[in-house]
Amino acid sequence: MKTNRTPFVIRFFAATGCKGWLAIGFFSLLTFVLVPAAHLMLPADHALHVSDYAITLIGKVMCYAIVAVAMDLIWGFAGILSLGHGLFFALGGYAFGMYLMRSIGLDGVYKSHLTDFMVFLDWKEYPWYWTGTEHFLYAVFLVLVIPASLAFVFGYFAFRSRIKGVYFAIISQALTFAFMLLFFRNATGFGGNNGFTDFKRILGYSITAPEMRVTLFALSAFMLMFTLILGRYLMQSKFGRILTAIRDAEMRVMFLGYNPLWYKLFIWTVSAMLCAIAGALYVPQVGIINPSEMSTANSIEIAIWTAVGGRGTLVGPVIGAFLVNLSKSWFTVAFPEYWLFFLGLLFVVVTLLLPQGMVGLWQKLRHRSMR
Amino acid sequence: MSDTSVNMAHGMGENLSEPIKNNSILQLSNITVSFDGFRALNDLTLTFQVNELRCIIGPNGAGKTTMMDVITGKTRADSGTVFFNQTIDLSNLSEPEIARVGIGRKFQKPTIFENHTVFENLELAMKVDKRVRHSLFAVVDDLTRDRISDTLRLIHLGEHTEQVAGRLSHGQKQWLEIGMLLMQEPQLLLLDEPVAGMTDDETERTGELFNSLKGKQSLVVVEHDMAFVEQLKSNVIVLHEGSVLCEGDLATVQANPKVIEVYLGR
Repeated sequence: MKTNRTPFVIRFFAATGCKGWLAIGFFSLLTFVLVPAAHLMLPADHALHVSDYAITLIGKVMCYAIVAVAMDLIWGFAGILSLGHGLFFALGGYAFGMYLMRSIGLDGVYKSHLTDFMVFLDWKEYPWYWTGTEHFLYAVFLVLVIPASLAFVFGYFAFRSRIKGVYFAIISQALTFAFMLLFFRNATGFGGNNGFTDFKRILGYSITAPEMRVTLFALSAFMLMFTLILGRYLMQSKFGRILTAIRDAEMRVMFLGYNPLWYKLFIWTVSAMLCAIAGALYVPQVGIINPSEMSTANSIEIAIWTAVGGRGTLVGPVIGAFLVNLSKSWFTVAFPEYWLFFLGLLFVVVTLLLPQGMVGLWQKLRHRSMR
Repeated sequence: MSDTSVNMAHGMGENLSEPIKNNSILQLSNITVSFDGFRALNDLTLTFQVNELRCIIGPNGAGKTTMMDVITGKTRADSGTVFFNQTIDLSNLSEPEIARVGIGRKFQKPTIFENHTVFENLELAMKVDKRVRHSLFAVVDDLTRDRISDTLRLIHLGEHTEQVAGRLSHGQKQWLEIGMLLMQEPQLLLLDEPVAGMTDDETERTGELFNSLKGKQSLVVVEHDMAFVEQLKSNVIVLHEGSVLCEGDLATVQANPKVIEVYLGR
């Protein structure tokens, strides 16, 4: 039975088809070679020069795209709408932010080994949970473990109690809100409502250097591609088929002998972990993290990116994240007061007219033109 | 009497050398289930033998579906015991665990994965390791393919292998669900109105399928279609207000004045 089995690594990468690899190849060339070259080598007045602003904006949106794909895994495939993904994103950001704060060193306003907000609060030493955060690898470990553990514990109790649909969405939102209030407190030790900012360096390299900007940009791109390849494998595996089966007929899945709890919990935790990684990549690029990342609106916006792009399509949420965020950065400059109205309108239009989002629209148009 | 032998076998623990006179696959003893004061099952005691086909009939509200819910773990009994294979106490197990010990259930309304293909429906039902760890790395191998094509032949869906299950006709969906149960290789099959909504021709073919399973698997069929029950030529149990009204072959049962009264109303 086990003879003639293709090695797992090959199956993992083969799940992404030829077209997918072509797209990834093209995207890699663009993000690893062309854009960095255009940013670093061309003079600022050259027509093809990519500005600081553009690099940071696209890098930021790629982090959002990772979150949108993570949301698709849990919402699109498992049918569980989470309004708590902003929390895992922010926690990942905070975990890495601790390292960024520690590596400011003595260059802060108060020239202290403590962070500025701690000096301001008249603290004499780091709280116990800041121990070891000056080490880069430990910070990475925290990014990978803390949000995922929280997701695991929360998910275990929620899924074991068979909380579903709108109830799950609400309690995930409540959890996020509780954390936001917690992080707003100065006494929590994460900088209160100002959060973390004024970062200086990563691993000794200046955070404002163009090379660092390009590196973070390329890392975000790499992580986005990895997320898509992982998502494609998961959804083409038997695991993915069981997940969509749980979405469509959970009772039947149970009576076939599968325990939905562990299936939901696995994808939920993976999804949270991806959000945390995205958050950790996001914070050094935008240079700030504060509790407003955990606000209600943020988590809802994540769901909108996914819905706009197309649920259950993996690539759709990437398109959704880009479309919504690029129009946001244009809108908030051109008509700042109308942005939220536009976002609301977009959500209503997509929900009513395009249940499959942009990907669904594209498929419909192609189908029509072929006939 | 059979009741005590079950309890004894259980009390003896894992002592399998003890000769077991009672050859029951499923033993329900004094099961009572109430919903808001309404007794859906009232001190129900029933025994099903290994490799036997039994039909259960009864008017609406007699407790047929509740009985299936209790067996499969969907509903917990207020009192009474359910033993599977004489030693497995089902009241401590969850729905997936009960499915894994070897009880398959078909719902009244065909419940299949509408967005999956016929092949995938059967693949997911197949008796394999059902843990996440296994599903993440599982591949469709030749053994799976063979088992699926055997089942497809039995349920007459060979030409629809790659079709999305949601596009099947009602009768075909019923068959697919039966096929999924067979893929599970259960020792006991519970079928809640398996021919509801089928054409006469489909009903007859389903009867043939069940008759061919007789002696290989234990089957419990809940049905309203008397012609179908007749075709199965099995022992019939009549449920009424949550307990057994009478038992026997179809002709005897239909001649029973109590049964006639229950069906024709008071």
